[in-house]
Order: sequence, then C-alpha cells, then structure tokens
Amino acid sequence: MSRLLAFLAVLVSVVSCGGTDQAAGPSAERSLILATTTSTQDSGLLDELLPAFTEDTGWKVKPLAVGSGQAIELGRRGEADVLLVHSPEAELDFVAEGTAGERRLVMHNDFVIVGPPEDPAGVRDLPSARAMRAIATAKAGFVSRGDESGTHAREERLWEQNQIDPKGQWYRSTGQGMGATLQVASETAAYTLTDRATYLAQRANLRLEVLSEGDKALLNIYHVIELTERAGDRVQPDGAKAFADWIVGPRAQRMIGDFGTEEGGQPLFVPDAGKDEANLGN
Amino acid sequence: MDVLGEGLLEALRLLLTGDEQTWEITGLTLRVSLTATAIAVLLGVPVAAALALGRFRGRQVLLAVANTGMGLPPVVVGLFVTVLLWRDGPLGALGLLYTPTAMVVAQAAIAVPIVVALTAAALRQVDPDFLLQMRALGATRVRALGALLAEARLPLLAAAMAGFGAVVSEVGAAQMVGGNLAGETRVLTTAAVLATSRGQFALAIAFGLVLLVIAFAVNLAVTLAQHRTTAPR
Repeated sequence: MSRLLAFLAVLVSVVSCGGTDQAAGPSAERSLILATTTSTQDSGLLDELLPAFTEDTGWKVKPLAVGSGQAIELGRRGEADVLLVHSPEAELDFVAEGTAGERRLVMHNDFVIVGPPEDPAGVRDLPSARAMRAIATAKAGFVSRGDESGTHAREERLWEQNQIDPKGQWYRSTGQGMGATLQVASETAAYTLTDRATYLAQRANLRLEVLSEGDKALLNIYHVIELTERAGDRVQPDGAKAFADWIVGPRAQRMIGDFGTEEGGQPLFVPDAGKDEANLGN
Repeated sequence: MDVLGEGLLEALRLLLTGDEQTWEITGLTLRVSLTATAIAVLLGVPVAAALALGRFRGRQVLLAVANTGMGLPPVVVGLFVTVLLWRDGPLGALGLLYTPTAMVVAQAAIAVPIVVALTAAALRQVDPDFLLQMRALGATRVRALGALLAEARLPLLAAAMAGFGAVVSEVGAAQMVGGNLAGETRVLTTAAVLATSRGQFALAIAFGLVLLVIAFAVNLAVTLAQHRTTAPR
C-alpha cells in the first residue's frame, strides 16, 4: 500500500514539474480578461489577434468565449476587464447603467438565414422579415440558440418585428452555441439564424444553404466596451483601454479585414473602426 | 462514418508526430486530474475510515451524503467554485480563477465524495473483528488502521481510479473554472468541445481517443505497480 502511494506520489510530481511556474499565478505579468462571444473564438479570429496584441502591448489576455448575454453579465459584475460583443440593444442598456467606460465600433459581418436545400417554406431570396414570417406560417422547423447570445437576441428581434410569437412543435431551442445549433438544424432539416462566419467555417459538415441574406436587419455589429472600476475593484481600466485602443487601431483592423482570405476564402469580418454605425451595410 | 476513421488517423498523427499543442494539453490534463485525485485520496481516505469504523451519531446520514455526492454534476461544482473565486467573490483576492490550480480545486471537490463513498464501502467489507484482533495482538490504533487499509488495498485502488476517471473525463467544471484558455487551462475534454463547436469533428474525436489512451496508461501503470506490491506476499 505504502509503495503504491509512493508510486502515485512520484507520478504526480513527475507530471507536475515543468508546469508549476504557470500555476503560480498571473500576478507576475499583466494579464486582462476579455469576455467575448463564441463566434470570435469558433471562427479562429481570436487566435490571430491575441498574440499580436500581446506582442504590441505586453498585456496577456484570458479570453472567455461565452454568449454575449453572459459576457455582458461578467462585465456588469466586474469579472472581466473588456468586452467584445455583438448584442447592440443589450450593450446600450448596459452602458446606460454607468459602470462601463467607452464603447466603440470594431467590425461587422452579417447574419444569414440558413435552411435545408429543399426550402419547404419557400424563403429563398426573401428579405429577412418576410422569410421569418414564411417559416412561422408554414410551421417549418426552426432551431433557436435560446441562450441569450447576440444571435439569439437578433432572432428574437426579428420575430418581434413581425409580431410573431414563436411557439409550438416547429420551434426548438437548443441552449447551445452556434456550431451545435447548426448541427441540430442540419440533422432535423430545419431553418436557423446564424452568423456568416460560423456557418462558413462549418459549411462542409452541414446540409444547409444560405437562403436569406443581405438586408440591413441582418447586420451583425461588434463593439468593444471598456469596463471601469465602477464595475468592481479589481477591474483593470488600463488593460481595458490598451485592448480597446489596439483593436480599433490600424494593425488589428488590417488583420480583421484579411482574416479568412488566406485560404482563398472570402473575408469573414469587415473592419469598421471610426465609421458611423448608421452607414453600415449601405 | 468517415469522420471516425479520420479521427483515428488524426489521433495517431497527433500522438506519433509529437504535436506540441497536443502534448501540452495532454500534460496539463494529467497534471490537473492526477493532482486532484491525489488530494481527494488524502482527504477522502481518513474521512472514509472515520465513517466506516467510527461510532458516532449522524454517521449514516454522512454516508448517505457521500453516496449522493458521487452523482454531483461537475457543472454545479464548477459554478460553485467559480462564484467563490470571482474577483469580487469571497476568495477572489487569491487570483486563482482561470488557472490550473482552480481546476485542481474543482476536480478534487468532484472526486472526494467518490473516494469517500467507495473507500467507506470497502472498509466496511473487511471483517469487523479484524481491527479487534489487531488491537488484541498489541498493535497501536494507527498500525491497526494501516493494516486494515493494506487489507482493503484493491477496493481502495478502485476508489482512487474511479475518482480519477470521473475528473479526467469531466468537462463542465474544467470549462467553467479554467475558461479553456489556450496554453494555460485547456485540457483534452475542453479541447474536444471547442473542436466540436468549430466543426473540426475529426480533431475532436482525436482528442477523445488521446484521452482514452492516457486514462488507460494511468490505469495500467497503477495496476502493474499494485501487482508488484502484492506479488511477493
């Protein structure tokens, strides 16, 4: 028994060495918490941007990829230093509470309505409002994120604008991220609302086509929001400002515009720093 | 189906070519889960001994609590630990959230009830007269307890391995308290979830297979070590 314990102890210590310095804590270096959406992580954009940010500023970043609702809640509690989110109405409500600092436009892409190639509700090439109405009228299957993410918020707004209360067998809520929701829609031959970047990244595995796209109601706009010490004592406003300044700066904006084009693909995001939000999509 | 074949090939490629990221993730997985299991054994065995052998009120209730704790959802433990470790939470000043240490804490919390419940069950299997005999032969309490633990070593080992199996395979707590940060707190399960949500199914399956391989390797190593300690008897 004691030899067994000794063996276990050796095993643990062997595995432990080489990593203990990491576990010692981030206090040695400056590190900030970025709460952002799953789409920026799942598309791979963060993997490109964050090393460059660290290189330029010396700040390390702990990115938490969660839904926009959770990201804003983490900001509200002062558990994050800076937010990169895409849920404009919720953001404006949050900023109005007064604990956030500056909110700046970073980039946009767009949402698209995808569905099975047979298109049972006949929404192909309809504008988004009419497409949503057609899906509800036909009671064709629709899969919702149902997770308070920016995509979910946009979907709810589209229903609301059409005075539709989506309820019934045809409307399902996954409570999961975009990737998982696209899978469910594909497997059940249903429609869903998705950001274009995630759809393009996963298209090969999906039996879904883009059916409705391009109108202004489908713009997917990302803002960076700095937190201040009003949100919590341990918030690092200097880190928040460093990140926000950097991501609207020339290097990050160029990287955002180029992202996705290397493999011969189409750009996934349009850099928008300094633009007027009202003119996007024109 | 071809995604499974691709996953198998990808797993072999990752393991054989010594893909740096995979090794890093695998190393962290082992480090976190083995440490958590060791802590759970150190905390759990004495508690289990007290519950199995002690004569005090509330013993049965505590045993029932431990048995219930075996079904504790990792995501609930993760949420609880996260709230404790929040910057403005009660333990926020430690700055542990989103570190491997936080993952060890959460996983140890998941493993302790498993170790306690299974160890207590094992110790209660041993003949109740065993301790009395040992004492009668002049053994001190501590030595008698040591002999008892040696007598029950196989089920004790099973308890430790059950704890390890539970924590190395859980994703809820690791995701929540670790944050799945690349190069810092990403373990095999959270890497598999991320790969899945990125639509990289073959890679996700590969991570799952790597997880199986290392779980098997640890179990095999411990079983062989156990065999060696028993063989000369």
